[in-house]
Amino acid sequence: MPALPLSLLWVVPALPLLGFAVNGTLALTGTRARPVVSVVGVGTLLLAFAAAGLAVVEFAALHSPAPLVFRYWEWLPVGELQVAFALQLDQLSAVMLLVVTGVGALIHVFSIGYMREDPGYARYFAYLNLFVFFMLILVLGASFPVMFVGWEGVGLCSYLLIGFWFNAQINADAGKKAFIVNRIGDFGFLVAMFLIFWRIGSLDFVAVFAKAATAFPPGGALITAITLFLFLGCTGKSAQIPLYTWLPDAMQGPTPVSALIHAATMVTAGVYLVARCGVLFAMSPTGSAVVAGVGALTALFAATIALKQWDIKRVLAYSTVSQLGYMFIGVGTGAYAAGIFHLATHAFFKALLFLGSGSVIHAMHQAYHATHAHDDAQDMRNMGGLARYLPWTAALMWVATLAIAGIPPFAGFFSKDEILGAAFAEATARPIWYAFWGMGITAALLTAFYMTRLMLYTFHGPNRTGDREREHLHEAPWVMTAPLLVLGVLTLLGGGLNIPPLFGGGALLEQWLAPVTAAADQLRPPLEAAAGTEWALVAAAVLVAALGMFAAFRLLKPAALVPARLAPPETGLARLLWKKWYVDELYDAVIVRPVMWVSRDVLWKLVDNRLVDGWLVNGTAAVSRALGWVGSRLQTGEVGTYVVLFVIGVLAVLGAAVR
Amino acid sequence: MLLGPSLTVSAVLFALGVAGVLVRRNAIVIFMCVELMLNAVNLTFVALAQDLGVGGQIFVFFVMAVAAAEAAVGLAIMLAIYRHRQTVDLRNINLLKG
Repeated sequence: MPALPLSLLWVVPALPLLGFAVNGTLALTGTRARPVVSVVGVGTLLLAFAAAGLAVVEFAALHSPAPLVFRYWEWLPVGELQVAFALQLDQLSAVMLLVVTGVGALIHVFSIGYMREDPGYARYFAYLNLFVFFMLILVLGASFPVMFVGWEGVGLCSYLLIGFWFNAQINADAGKKAFIVNRIGDFGFLVAMFLIFWRIGSLDFVAVFAKAATAFPPGGALITAITLFLFLGCTGKSAQIPLYTWLPDAMQGPTPVSALIHAATMVTAGVYLVARCGVLFAMSPTGSAVVAGVGALTALFAATIALKQWDIKRVLAYSTVSQLGYMFIGVGTGAYAAGIFHLATHAFFKALLFLGSGSVIHAMHQAYHATHAHDDAQDMRNMGGLARYLPWTAALMWVATLAIAGIPPFAGFFSKDEILGAAFAEATARPIWYAFWGMGITAALLTAFYMTRLMLYTFHGPNRTGDREREHLHEAPWVMTAPLLVLGVLTLLGGGLNIPPLFGGGALLEQWLAPVTAAADQLRPPLEAAAGTEWALVAAAVLVAALGMFAAFRLLKPAALVPARLAPPETGLARLLWKKWYVDELYDAVIVRPVMWVSRDVLWKLVDNRLVDGWLVNGTAAVSRALGWVGSRLQTGEVGTYVVLFVIGVLAVLGAAVR
Repeated sequence: MLLGPSLTVSAVLFALGVAGVLVRRNAIVIFMCVELMLNAVNLTFVALAQDLGVGGQIFVFFVMAVAAAEAAVGLAIMLAIYRHRQTVDLRNINLLKG
């Protein structure tokens, strides 16, 4: 086959855009052509995956040490600011390209089954295609502004899809929350962009990273400010403390959306950004420490909340926040390959977990629908024993659970172990990393516990769905289980991407990413632990994971659970965790209410109503009317008065002239 | 030649005209007082023309022409007002006011 020119890279994002155009038109015209929508929506994604695969294979054959940049048109030629619409293919964006299109395609296939009954079928696929388009722009953009277009675009699609069932107030509110919280992060991204342009005069990745080493004094205030503002953007998009609160609420969207956007792809954009800007972060020890520290704190904090959630999707949501924290420990430590590795494996097993939960919710929903019951189809207290009815889903979710818990040889074991190993090695030079490592390993313990809890309560023990409903529980159609199967295989084998030399592997992903991470590694040489230490760390990690699972098996009694509507309220620490440490209430009291108060009582009632409307607008009118009243009193209608005034005026003018 | 007395007479005439306009209420009388003022000005023009050239005398003719036109229009208006309201007393004609 003749090699296609790589400059055709634009085809990859263009395909989902085409799908969006077609499905959007179908949605607007109200055509109920489900087969057409499915073929277009899924077909464009499969084609995009094929095109991405071709491009990456061709790129790999080049062994190019530098990124390939394709400039398509001048986008913002404004004086010194020259921004071209350019796409960039390098080893990092190649990995992201495959993850986004690959996992995206599987989730699209799953959606065919999950959304079959939904009246907004075409609209759903239009949004989903648009999301993939923006995500591809994000990972392929060759400059900060182009990336920012994708960054904002995925935020928009996230908003649209969280509020997909917008006729329930809670869903619309969740969408708004996600959008507004992300605005705060976007502000950080913008300020970082301005600072970079101010000092370097360019926003193209290649130019910025080439000049960064000379333009900024290492460890200086400016580079630290830039990295911290960039990281503020990451905390918004990737749901880290303090901006993580939107992600659990985002579970109001359809479950495949949670899998695609809020687990596998969009929320990892922050990790990608830090890895992409590795050169900048490597120059700022403070910035890197903040990234790793916030990541570690988030990993632990979110894991504690996940311990006591009852909604199956919320457990997974907090688990996602926690796992994203791990990725930030990785990239904050300078182990960019490890961070990206965990990003990829997490995309596999978390997409599998979410789609599996989608399959469970689908079954539960259908069962309750069949008997017209109004119980919560997502509450684990209403499940139990589902392994008998959904054997495939249960088996595949167990694979993913073992992976996320860090049991060898599943994918999550290798990636998590590498991050923790890198953090421990870093601690020999900077002791604060001992704390980060400690938080990470504690979070690993909690992860193993809450994931086992989820599995036990959902799939094992007696069934609590209800006697009549039980007959309607059944496995999802093949169009939903097939993507699960593929993801299960990836979860099983994904670790093979990057088996470290310790286990006799070649660290393929690390080698592959070396051209991208070389510059950052040069500025901040990664530390290696001794082989003995590494073995000890591996043993500790596996032990902790096994301990977490064992504890869950011993301590939890699925048989003692009662259905949600009969359950007693939580008390004590359990209530604190169930209420998510009252962070939402805290934000509400400290930020939301004061802002509302200032907006309503100060800005609206005082400034707008009193000052602007009262004094400025009505005041002007009142002064004009008073002057008009005085003027109108002069118009008496008596000619005599006019003449007197006229004569007085003439005499005054004459008197002035004579003098 | 006799410039001073001529100007004095015209000033007196003009003052009489102004006073008439100010104090009288009958439109016809006011109109006549305006004519008086115009003619006082004419006298000034003619008197000064003795020393300053023929321009003043020529201007008098313009003033006369304008005064004639004004008389025609003004009397016509007054006639119309009288037909409408049976009076030309200005105290009663004060509709146009603020």
